[in-house]
Amino acid sequence: MIPAAFDYVRPDSVAQAVSALAGAGEDAKVLGGGQSLIPVLRLRLAYPSTLIDVGRLAELRGVHDDGDAIVIGAMTTHHEVMHDALVGEHAPLIAQATETVADPQVRHRGTFGGALAHADPAGDLGAVALALDCEFVATGPSGERRIAAADFFLDYLTTALAPDELLTAVRVPKLGPGWLSHYEKFNRVAQAWSIVAVAALVHRENGSITQARIGLTNMGSTPLRAVAVEHALAGADASGEAVGAAAEHAAEGTAAPSDLSGKSDYREHLARVLTKRAVLAAAGS
Amino acid sequence: MTRINVNVDGISYTDEVEPRTLLVHYLREQLGKIGTVVGCDTSNCGACTVALDGQSVKSCTLLAVQADGGDITTVEGLAAEDGTLHPVQQAFHDHHALQCGFCTPGMMMAVRDLLQDNPDPSEAEIREGIEGNLCRCTGYQNIVRAVQAAAANLSSTGGQS
Repeated sequence: MIPAAFDYVRPDSVAQAVSALAGAGEDAKVLGGGQSLIPVLRLRLAYPSTLIDVGRLAELRGVHDDGDAIVIGAMTTHHEVMHDALVGEHAPLIAQATETVADPQVRHRGTFGGALAHADPAGDLGAVALALDCEFVATGPSGERRIAAADFFLDYLTTALAPDELLTAVRVPKLGPGWLSHYEKFNRVAQAWSIVAVAALVHRENGSITQARIGLTNMGSTPLRAVAVEHALAGADASGEAVGAAAEHAAEGTAAPSDLSGKSDYREHLARVLTKRAVLAAAGS
Repeated sequence: MTRINVNVDGISYTDEVEPRTLLVHYLREQLGKIGTVVGCDTSNCGACTVALDGQSVKSCTLLAVQADGGDITTVEGLAAEDGTLHPVQQAFHDHHALQCGFCTPGMMMAVRDLLQDNPDPSEAEIREGIEGNLCRCTGYQNIVRAVQAAAANLSSTGGQS
């Protein structure tokens, strides 16, 4: 299908983009790589009046070191993120999850920030950003502000970004020594969305887990943290038995959807199984 | 209408397009490049894959205006000017890596990209490299064989894909 007609604006800078966004009214949409938005337009699930294309703004692209964090420009493509040395060193969980996003063609065009701002709970990066306690950098007419990952995802496809704000970067705190990670994704066929996936970060010392942070993909209308599992894992042995017992809490506080890929009780089962697998894989046990 | 400049298979074009025009429709309907096909129209099947600035993309999931200033290679630009097939095309022919042929243009463009990134892929890497392209006929066996043959040919000739 062909999208409904819209006006197309391609600003040359973030400042121009922000002012275009402020002037374009509430029916404007920001276009990054377009790998989520264009399918939505093509199916006519959305009718934006204006598309503001920030996909080629060089200032939104690339990863840099900022001391205690690495900063990923919102328009850095998935392909670039996967192959970035700073991401590989400080946030291998992001690289591992990004490799599972869609397929090579989509990863060439789709962007890190675009996927997060789209906020599809079945998308892989939200749970990872939550587990990593990332900060989202939003730029609007009155300047820049930072939004904690825990406050960013409000509802299905809905974020804390104001209509006149642009997601410009994501700050990923560097983890200290001892932190290990794993992304465990379950889907039916290659390139499909996660039916459920689990992002696990664990801090391991002398055979036990001192701290854990668990993000869940597609277990509610937003990505979620499995808080009860995190509490149960704090101080637990990194053994199959102890991790399995902690993972039994994985579906607590979730509101998993029921759809063609599975009913909610099946997703709850998956969350428990995948959490155990993810934590054990991360902890190397 | 928005003006775009693109280079497609070695020829420069300047055209006026509606911003909502998908790249695949621009290629097929405005330039007559019908070697690039529309399969699923839902970003799944990869039949419409072309290279934009050297990287494989799904041309049904790109607006023509996003390709402004870009260098595009379609399946029609793969063979040499004298008609010599590209090593990937030759390998698909030699190993009969198709039945109905509808996925073939996009499949070959995805394979070309895969071999640029990874000149000596394992079988698993080949299967992952073409995960964005669906073939409903072959079961992929001959496609994988063709990719292995193309990789061997390209590395033995030092060929540039």
